[in-house]
Amino acid sequence: MSDLLVVENLKKYFPITRGIVFQKQVGAVQAVDDVSFTVKRGETLGIVGESGCGKSTLARCLLRLLDPTSGRIIFDDRDITTISRREMRPIRREMMMVFQDPYASLNARKRVGFIVAEPLEVNNMGTPAERKRRVQELLEVVGLNPEHYNRFPHEFSGGQRQRIGVARALAVNPKLIVCDEPVSALDVSVQAQILNLLKDLQREFGLTYVFIAHDLNVVRHISNRVMVMYLGKIVEEASDSDLYRLPYHPYTGALLSAVPVPDPELGRQRKAIVLEGDVPNPINPPAGCRFHPRCPNAIEGTCDVIEPPLVEVRPGRRGACHNPLQSFVEAPAPQRESDPTAALG
Amino acid sequence: MALLEVENLRTQFRTDDGVVQAVDGVSFAIERGKTLGIVGESGSGKSVTCLTVMGLNDPRNTMSEGSAVFDGIELIGAGKDRLNKLRGVRMAMIFQDPMTSLNPVKTIGWQLEEAVLAHRDATRKEARANAVEALRDVAIPRAEQRLGDYPHQFSGGMRQRVMIAMALINDPDLIIADEPTTALDVTTQAQILALMNRLQEEHGMAIIMITHDLGVVAEVAEDVIVMYGGQVVEQAPVDELFYRPRHPYTWGLLGSLPRLNAEVERLVQIPGQPPSLLRPPKGCRFHPRCTYAMDICRNELPPLEAASGPAHLQRCWLDDETKKREAARIVGAVHEVAS
Repeated sequence: MSDLLVVENLKKYFPITRGIVFQKQVGAVQAVDDVSFTVKRGETLGIVGESGCGKSTLARCLLRLLDPTSGRIIFDDRDITTISRREMRPIRREMMMVFQDPYASLNARKRVGFIVAEPLEVNNMGTPAERKRRVQELLEVVGLNPEHYNRFPHEFSGGQRQRIGVARALAVNPKLIVCDEPVSALDVSVQAQILNLLKDLQREFGLTYVFIAHDLNVVRHISNRVMVMYLGKIVEEASDSDLYRLPYHPYTGALLSAVPVPDPELGRQRKAIVLEGDVPNPINPPAGCRFHPRCPNAIEGTCDVIEPPLVEVRPGRRGACHNPLQSFVEAPAPQRESDPTAALG
Repeated sequence: MALLEVENLRTQFRTDDGVVQAVDGVSFAIERGKTLGIVGESGSGKSVTCLTVMGLNDPRNTMSEGSAVFDGIELIGAGKDRLNKLRGVRMAMIFQDPMTSLNPVKTIGWQLEEAVLAHRDATRKEARANAVEALRDVAIPRAEQRLGDYPHQFSGGMRQRVMIAMALINDPDLIIADEPTTALDVTTQAQILALMNRLQEEHGMAIIMITHDLGVVAEVAEDVIVMYGGQVVEQAPVDELFYRPRHPYTWGLLGSLPRLNAEVERLVQIPGQPPSLLRPPKGCRFHPRCTYAMDICRNELPPLEAASGPAHLQRCWLDDETKKREAARIVGAVHEVAS
């Protein structure tokens, strides 16, 4: 199975400047710092992390909505890192995005039919009549009434609006859909509807997702593979069940144990690791491992000096840590089951 | 006697489109030192219930009926003077978004001192000492220095700690926390929940925790109320609710949660949307979305009745056998994949 998206050493620094006329750069927010990964066709890659870890910036870089500072993005065997806007245009149709806030991401003054048809129009696809048919088809696919074509966004509830956002992303038959927190603004019962819809659509149209969320439960549910980010870096990558069963990085362990479980008995049994302090400032990240000031496993003289590289720690698993979780080290190397993504292609 | 007893509380809002029955006959009681969780989706009336208890609704377009007795004092219909003697002193509230509930142009110290001076006969100096103590209590490092900082100089988690410090500064008997951790990251949420737990052990106050997150409820609450469309649909001790739920809406909520320890292909989804409270459905409020709906559900509102014991109440017409069977099936399915 080939890779749809290959990202190599991607960096995005936002400059901090001082001065009005003669601006000079005095520093940089290292929002995404040296990130490499691949996304296979037909799989869902989940990216989790807390606010400020750079996951949304990464998403925007992938779609070239932001220009990366350095590194390479190869989409569908084409290097899109530095190509011009004009060259980018036909590629944009193959990569779409679903946004977090279904209230802010739909133009309140346009009718649903227009909103969903806009990507078609921009890309000069079809005649107006064909477009209308396509829009009605799409509304049906995402579980809305096709007759609501002429309604305005405010006439829909949050969950229905997110369906409109999904229909818009699907309009041009993209290969890749980047979902940036698509369900975090929704109620649980509606959240389940959207997650099921995304899974159904993936099966039906062979879509590839990059799914960004802060909610580990949601990411676990939808992803084949999960990357954990902390302060602009990938700290761990694993298949979804491996990550949750046997986390490698202390940060992943802390994240997992911080999620409240909807099971009172289980909640009383387990012991939560409560991290001290807040995520540090990405303008001036800690030396060495960026997690070391909060890390329960930090080794003085190592973790605060040498930055751990992201290396393969087990087949199909990457991690960046000098002193990984004890439970991971002690666990016997598992018999490698068949590649979890192999069945997808 | 319970610290707070709410009896048949009803709140109506007059709007341009008609009357919204936001809270419709809610009753509950809470003791000192206990935590009551109120769960529900947006628009279920969980926040309005608490705002009504605190007397924080706009009186120009709100009508409240029923009773809420706090330590022998009736709150519904009470005048401002009587409420102000209680609010911020004996009962305090923590809101969801600490950025919008703190004043951005005043220092944290000033705001904490104000909370003291508004209710107690104290000097600025005493108030300042109280403020420092309160910040230490919620584990904010360098408390004295941070008094001079403005809200924007704090991170989200730290701001929420300030809000908790402010609520606690007059040592209240009851704290109402309205989604206190929803805007926070999970690791910060864990910090705040652990903090509230410790403070409850130290101060012995009662906490009403309003949330949409069943995980949070499972972790902090002893009793749980599930609200839907302005009404209580189920009320039970926390273990009862999670292991022996008796209402189809609760089943849907439990089934629709993606879980860390479970691999499920498809989540159970509750079809449709929550009802409009302008024109609530006839009969059971949940029937348009309920897969078990029968004829009687469409016409008659089920009463809130005892389920397995007096502490477990539920509002559903289904017969006990079906409920037991379905609850066992749904809870069993969740635990089977989890093991």
